[in-house]
Amino acid sequence: MSTTNKPVKTAARPGRSLAILGLVLVAMTSLVFIQGATSVHLGLDLRGGTSVTLQPRIAPGEAGKVTSESIDQAVSIIRQRVNSLGVAESEVTAQGSGTNRQIVISVPGDTGRRVVELVGQTAELRFRQVLASGAAAPAAADKAATPVAGVSADVNAKFAALDCTKAENRQGTGTDAPTDTIVACDRAGATKYILAPAEVLGRQISKASAGIDTQGGNAWYVSLTFNNEGTSAFGALTARVTTLPEPTNQVAIVLDGLVVSSPRITEAIPSGNAQITGSFTQLEAQDLANVLKYGALPLAFDRGEVQQVSPTLGADQLNAGLIAGALGLGLVFLYSLLYYRGLGLVTVGSLSIAAALTYLLFLLLGKWIGFTLTLAGIAGAIVAIGVTADSFIIYFERIRDEVREGRSLRTAVETGWTRARRTILVADFVSIIAAVLLYFFAVGGVRGFAFTLGLTTLIDLVVVFVFTKPLVSILSRVNFFSSGHSLSGFSSKSLGTIVAKEA
Amino acid sequence: MSKMSGLGGRLYRGETAIDFIGKRRRWYSISALFVLASIAALSLQGLHLGIEFKGGSSFTVNQPTATVQQAEAAVKETGIPGELIIQKIGSNKVRVQTGALDTVQNNAVQDALAAKFGVSVESIDTQIIGPSWGKEITRKALYGLFGFLIVVMLYLAMAFEPKMAVAAIAAVVHDVFITVGIYALVGFDVTPATVIGFLTILGYSLYDTVVVFDKVRENTRTITATSTKTYSQAVNHAVNQTLVRSANTSLIALLPVGSILFVGAGLLGAGTLKDLSLALFIGLAVGTYSSIFIAPPVLAQLREKEPAMQALAKRVNSRSGASTESAPSAAVAAVNGRGPRNQPKRKGRK
Repeated sequence: MSTTNKPVKTAARPGRSLAILGLVLVAMTSLVFIQGATSVHLGLDLRGGTSVTLQPRIAPGEAGKVTSESIDQAVSIIRQRVNSLGVAESEVTAQGSGTNRQIVISVPGDTGRRVVELVGQTAELRFRQVLASGAAAPAAADKAATPVAGVSADVNAKFAALDCTKAENRQGTGTDAPTDTIVACDRAGATKYILAPAEVLGRQISKASAGIDTQGGNAWYVSLTFNNEGTSAFGALTARVTTLPEPTNQVAIVLDGLVVSSPRITEAIPSGNAQITGSFTQLEAQDLANVLKYGALPLAFDRGEVQQVSPTLGADQLNAGLIAGALGLGLVFLYSLLYYRGLGLVTVGSLSIAAALTYLLFLLLGKWIGFTLTLAGIAGAIVAIGVTADSFIIYFERIRDEVREGRSLRTAVETGWTRARRTILVADFVSIIAAVLLYFFAVGGVRGFAFTLGLTTLIDLVVVFVFTKPLVSILSRVNFFSSGHSLSGFSSKSLGTIVAKEA
Repeated sequence: MSKMSGLGGRLYRGETAIDFIGKRRRWYSISALFVLASIAALSLQGLHLGIEFKGGSSFTVNQPTATVQQAEAAVKETGIPGELIIQKIGSNKVRVQTGALDTVQNNAVQDALAAKFGVSVESIDTQIIGPSWGKEITRKALYGLFGFLIVVMLYLAMAFEPKMAVAAIAAVVHDVFITVGIYALVGFDVTPATVIGFLTILGYSLYDTVVVFDKVRENTRTITATSTKTYSQAVNHAVNQTLVRSANTSLIALLPVGSILFVGAGLLGAGTLKDLSLALFIGLAVGTYSSIFIAPPVLAQLREKEPAMQALAKRVNSRSGASTESAPSAAVAAVNGRGPRNQPKRKGRK
């Protein structure tokens, strides 16, 4: 094949794209150092921690209550509660779209159980007068025989049937309407109550803090300060019940439908201050104070998923992911070198560039958009090794096909590229569609997988266009390849044909 | 390796041709058998769903001396209701799976296990799934599946031909059925990671099919203007030409997935990595099969119904009928045309 203008014209291009790629890599690396983004953000499954996914609970007939605004409001309240734990790098985000959103809380470290209890609480606090109380188990006929006066038969029946020893009755639903007379259990499941309509509400509290009663056996309590409205309501309630007989002289403090304590009121409290005692530990008292301080959630939530990963498991998973990645990359390198000989070096080089770009982007995206690498994300990146290598194979096989058609290697590299390019674009586009859809339809870990899969597919496109193709163009002019050396991957033996050797 | 490369050359020129299209009944029957087996397995055994779909809790204790019996005794003492699944994972972990529990019960199980094995509560890896969560996950997975199929079908119909889109989707549906069937048959756990795997396979299976169809389109662009090959023969030639490529891309894709499976199952015993890579591994294998044996024959069948293609087939058959006597091997004979010319020149041929 005679030398025409064509190879001369393309001669400048491969060098230029390689130079540009080199500049981009240098620029990204300096950006990493300038921005101080020198470590990849690891997900909780790789370093240990607790994540809780909350799903808004839609009570019958209350679907309208779950709005985008109420979820945003819940996120900010939960964020304040989580921040009160003082754990660095805790995150509270809403995922999904519109009203079909979940709230995902991630807290690193060993806070497990505390986080779970703290974030899920609706924290609807109410003060209700006790009308009747009894032992937790549903009583035999004798209790049912003495219905409480002034309470509807319906509530009396519910009270008789209520079994507070069963855990499902101590769920703390937070769905008690303030204006109703209700039946409720206490938190320990020892006592059940009939309670009058609420007279003081949680939103009438202006301050809450935890304290310790050093005289009374070091018991932790939560002290409350009411606002003006609350002060007068609480004053009136306490003044009214002091003279009443047991147990109606008790005021129950009800949190999310469960009775925390039911102190006996011996004198009216007009000062606007109150204390909740209830055999709290220090942490419980502090958490309750925080929850009350930041207000009740506008919605009730179900705990969709709680995942607690110990730092040991996190480290194990990170190691496993890295080993699998190294092993996968090594095997692909080995196979390409064995099968494509000299051309395999192009695969090795391209994959290394892709790996470097991926790593730099992980670092930068961690800084810019808070990208977090999870185990599923690592898996996505490893799977992408295959997708990336596939585009090289499509190109290489295409070049070999062109050579089989009788073209010189130098021409085959160019004509093969125009045809392979299309296939690579279409195939990668399908891959990106899959990644985008996975990302939008999925929750939690799945999104990490989809994100890295999509990102690495884009990187694949960049690498094929600005690295692999130019490199192959340059190599096609090197005698080792163009003469069809037996180790070049273009030997007549490996192509199974007589190569039209370039003159 | 170079033997395989040599095969690539012969396949490319059509000297060696495997009859993928002509023997489509055989491939269809094999697949039909698998699909039927899958349906049978699904309806008889069903899928073994992980707690993520049913709701429940999973506690993993990392303690080399822990035994299943000890764990069972500890958990039974808490008096929680429902069935327990207790397994030894790897050499140093025991996992307890329970039904859906409330916070108090979950804490009780954690405390009991921590006390029994002398570990801290925080070191117990816990996963708690609410009962309604599974429905949410399932719903999203199904949306993802259908959304994906529709978008890709539209895209392929635009980028290629509508009939190629139909054939590609037929192959994908085939892959999903068989992969799900294998899960039902073997009783592998289906977790959200498995579902991600399934959805990824769909993308991958299409990737393979797209590569084959791209060649088909190139080979058949001007086919009605000639009368050397029928549409089916051209498709068959394209599949043979891309065979080495398909084998290579599939193998290269399987290598990293195999590494994840090996490391995930070997080092970690269970979890995201294992579930994901197992689904990918099975799906990739099935996807490679369908991109060669299912999608191209379906496409050929769809296109052969067109009057233009039938006319072409008539022209080709009348020509080849004159030169070769056996009509059934027409596909091979027709593409063999260039073979003899090259063969004597080749060196090192066995």
